[in-house]
Amino acid sequence: MEMLWHHGVAAIFSGPGSDHPGSFLRIHLGSVCGGAQAMQCQRCEKTATFHITELTGGKPEEVHLCKDCAREYLTQTEGEESPSAPNLASALAQQLVVGQAASELARLDQRACPVCGITFFEFRSTGRLGCPHDYVFFENELNPLILNIHGEVQHTGKRPVHFSGDTDEQTNLIRLRREMKEAVKDEKYEQASQLRDEIRRIEAAAAEARRPPGDG
Amino acid sequence: MNIDELTRSPGEWLKGSGPESDIVMSSRIRLARNLADFAFVGRLSRGDLSSIRDLVRARLVEGGQCDHWMYFDVEALDDLERQLFVERQLISREHAEAEGPRAVAVCADERASLMINEEDHLRVQVMHSGLDLESAWEHINAIDDEIEAHVTYAFKERLGYLTACPTNVGTGMRVSVMLHLPALVITRQIERVFRSLQKISLAVRGLYGEGSQAMGDFYQISNQITLGRSEQELVRQVGDVVPVIIQYERQAREALVREGRKTLLDRVSRAYGILRTAQKISSEETMHLLSSVRMGVNLGLIGDLEIATLNELFLRTQPAHLQRLSGSVLDTADRNIERARYLRHKLGGDGDSESE
Repeated sequence: MEMLWHHGVAAIFSGPGSDHPGSFLRIHLGSVCGGAQAMQCQRCEKTATFHITELTGGKPEEVHLCKDCAREYLTQTEGEESPSAPNLASALAQQLVVGQAASELARLDQRACPVCGITFFEFRSTGRLGCPHDYVFFENELNPLILNIHGEVQHTGKRPVHFSGDTDEQTNLIRLRREMKEAVKDEKYEQASQLRDEIRRIEAAAAEARRPPGDG
Repeated sequence: MNIDELTRSPGEWLKGSGPESDIVMSSRIRLARNLADFAFVGRLSRGDLSSIRDLVRARLVEGGQCDHWMYFDVEALDDLERQLFVERQLISREHAEAEGPRAVAVCADERASLMINEEDHLRVQVMHSGLDLESAWEHINAIDDEIEAHVTYAFKERLGYLTACPTNVGTGMRVSVMLHLPALVITRQIERVFRSLQKISLAVRGLYGEGSQAMGDFYQISNQITLGRSEQELVRQVGDVVPVIIQYERQAREALVREGRKTLLDRVSRAYGILRTAQKISSEETMHLLSSVRMGVNLGLIGDLEIATLNELFLRTQPAHLQRLSGSVLDTADRNIERARYLRHKLGGDGDSESE
């Protein structure tokens, strides 16, 4: 293995950070064999056996080093800590450290989505939202988090072909289903049956609206 | 097609065909989608989860993108069957281990699958052999449109497709390419490559996703950011970096041949020898040795073996496939014996007199 390392196999690359995605710092490790002219290491008096090409912003720069200096050089390069895209847990933690006083956080944790009933505390604990409406209801809390994760807050990709821009009716269904479940739990059966009828009415109307013209 | 037929079929990602298939195993794209009129999976009752499962199943039958969706009720499968789907990369480990009404629909050629009630209501996946991201995107885009013709997705103009976890919001898209990188591992360059990828917001995972070891020197590279870039941009982001890694892997392989041909040949031959003669062998060791042999075949160091055969062995020596093919439930010790027997049989090895 040492032999392989010594002879400088292939190439390594690293990026300068997420600010410039797609632009690479490339390091070529080439072995000196055959007719290559003996060259002195730029950092000591030994023979350079590693010829490293740095490509940053398209301007190549050559570095010629011996085995030991090359190793040091590359270790330095790899020792640099650079931010990778944060995961949800660290983004959440960071946001909460930066922002809120304890009392404020306690108040925030109590907030519950009127549609699905999830509290912000439950979201914080599980990392999962309760329903699509949470993105509206917890917008102020989620925006910095989303920005932290994605670096963006605006969708630019595809959209549903049939999207009407209005999903209030669907959101309403989520709320009604939850209310029906709670009514059953509380043994309010009359209320539950009214809710069930309303859910069915909305579902039927939605199914009707989706049906292509002329479809029996 | 039933589970037995599925077990015996080669599986799309191990076909060994498609562009750059000596290094790129497969190109995979998944989309996370939710129905607008249900809470996310974690907040739903059994009844609601069943409704979604049945509704999607009913609507799927109407779809035309796949000639025939094979539908499997994951809740009704036994542990071994679920594991089989995981090994084939048709469902996630989480989907296998979760509870409650959930399902998977698999297109007959296994290039497309659809998990129902995973973390999101729908997780659509398309997997093509080799480096083939653009056509994988076209494929999954068409399936997505087809499904969307029958259901209303949770979508907002500003945030795009709404997902249970904010890390997937926007496109809901994960683009990943599975690479076989044994030479970068041998030459100890792999860690640096990974750190570099992380710096440009790409994630690196092992064969079976998050948290899994890089078994058999297989690595998946995928995007982490899902919002603020179009699907085509995400495909390009991953697609652009893959040729660079392929080039480095090839250079590492060439250098290994050039600088230490005997050492490499020894390594490959020993691996092949063990696989052909071992009497007990673990899954990990098998993957490790198959990886060396696979590289050996690609470099022309072993002449009498097809890549497709090797790819098949990667899959069929895994626990669930092995047990399913042998027709019996085996503990770890018995699996190691059965695995060795299967390998000797498939690779035409010697020393098989005792067990047959």
